[in-house]
Amino acid sequence: MSIRERFSGNEAVSIAIKQINPDVMAAFPITPSTEIPQYVSSYVANGEIDTEFVAVESEHSSMSACIGAQAAGARSMTATSSCGLALMWEMLYVAASLRLPITMPVVNRALSGPININNDHSDSMGARDTGWIQMYAENAQEAYDNMIQSVRIGEHKDVLLPVMTCQDGFITSHAVENINILETEKVKAFVGEYKAEKYLLNPEENISMGPYDISAYYMEHKYQQAVSMENAKRVIAEVASEFETLSGRKYDFIEEYKMDDADFAIVIIGSSAGTAKDAVDELRNEGIKAGLVKIRIFRPFPAEEIVKALKNVKVVGIMDKAEGYSNNGGPLGAEVKAALYGNVTGVKAVNFVYGLGGRDVKIESIKTVFEQLLEVDKTGKVPAHYQYLGLRK
Amino acid sequence: MCMKDNKMKGITPESTYDQMTPGGAIYGSGNSEFFNTGDWRVAIPAWIEENCKHCLLCVPVCPDSSIPVKDGKRLDFDFDHCKGCGICYKACPFKAITFEKDGK
Repeated sequence: MSIRERFSGNEAVSIAIKQINPDVMAAFPITPSTEIPQYVSSYVANGEIDTEFVAVESEHSSMSACIGAQAAGARSMTATSSCGLALMWEMLYVAASLRLPITMPVVNRALSGPININNDHSDSMGARDTGWIQMYAENAQEAYDNMIQSVRIGEHKDVLLPVMTCQDGFITSHAVENINILETEKVKAFVGEYKAEKYLLNPEENISMGPYDISAYYMEHKYQQAVSMENAKRVIAEVASEFETLSGRKYDFIEEYKMDDADFAIVIIGSSAGTAKDAVDELRNEGIKAGLVKIRIFRPFPAEEIVKALKNVKVVGIMDKAEGYSNNGGPLGAEVKAALYGNVTGVKAVNFVYGLGGRDVKIESIKTVFEQLLEVDKTGKVPAHYQYLGLRK
Repeated sequence: MCMKDNKMKGITPESTYDQMTPGGAIYGSGNSEFFNTGDWRVAIPAWIEENCKHCLLCVPVCPDSSIPVKDGKRLDFDFDHCKGCGICYKACPFKAITFEKDGK
């Protein structure tokens, strides 16, 4: 059925793009996502796909080129990381508000400064309110699977929103893993042809996109986006279910690991979830009822699912691979706590900022988090509702 | 505002979000005609018909297509759209256009 392969996260995503064969790929290189446009441009050069590869001069331009191409009626993609995503900022909002289902692998990397090329989530977490759907992968397999599903999710007529599929820089993007890929014909059948209902190059219909929107209309247009983000929840579930039939791999908004009877849980995003599962296993062997919730979909935020998963735990540790500089924790901490507020009682929460700029996260690091959660339960006190994991001080 | 296009004319500031097009796209073209930019004007040109030789040098330089032409002769300004930039006044070699502060 599926094909057993060994790929890095970057190559896995590139293979997915090759199988989808988008109309346009406009990209600018930036570590650690550079390999994605590099692979795709070689597929184009070798005649394996007929994608129009646009070698642009910046990420502002790559996103602008994708916006123009998608508005014209072409399925468009790009890929980026870190400062590249930051340079796209203005255009990310334009893509979402023009309702253009562009798809973009984001290979998560710290933002400058101090300049750092290694993994954390500050780039895509900064873009969390741009109106893009955000999917996060734990490993290369999930990066591949999310990429294929992202096209269907964004292009659904009730959604029409751009989608970023995130994976951790180097840890996932450059480590080679065993993965299962689907046959190209099956991927093509799954994603289908892109047929925009309204597009600029339609000779049958005149259309103007992106006109100036006066105050009498702007709020209604922003609410349209909010409604689409709400619709995306249904569509994400439908696409995951169809993808499960195709691949045998099951996906949900969150992944619950040993949560059925968990007293102590962490909420985490990305590759560190794999490490943390090992920590949970070790703690379980020691008789501690540890569990883990991994966020796969961050936008739309799976508040209901998180509440359901955490309602019976005693203490939860919320793990943020990004600073929020709110003095009140990171973005995941803020959103998980907001989801819990008013919906659960008695669950204590501690927010940890960890792994910034590629700081290594080991099984032992995660176990120290659980030690603190146990301590909170024992003393009944939360020593610091927000702290840095493994900081030297 | 500008949405008088056939398919758009139902959309007004009273329309609800679900009656509006996604992202405010306009399903039509040439809709800027329906946006009266003339009320931005602080200075106004005036056409002195007796001085006009109908050379039409003023017509192509108008950024807002506000000088209508009929049968090879210019007509008076379209003040619904003339923003009062004064370029026509500069272009006219025959003192057939004056340009003064808009008093209204």
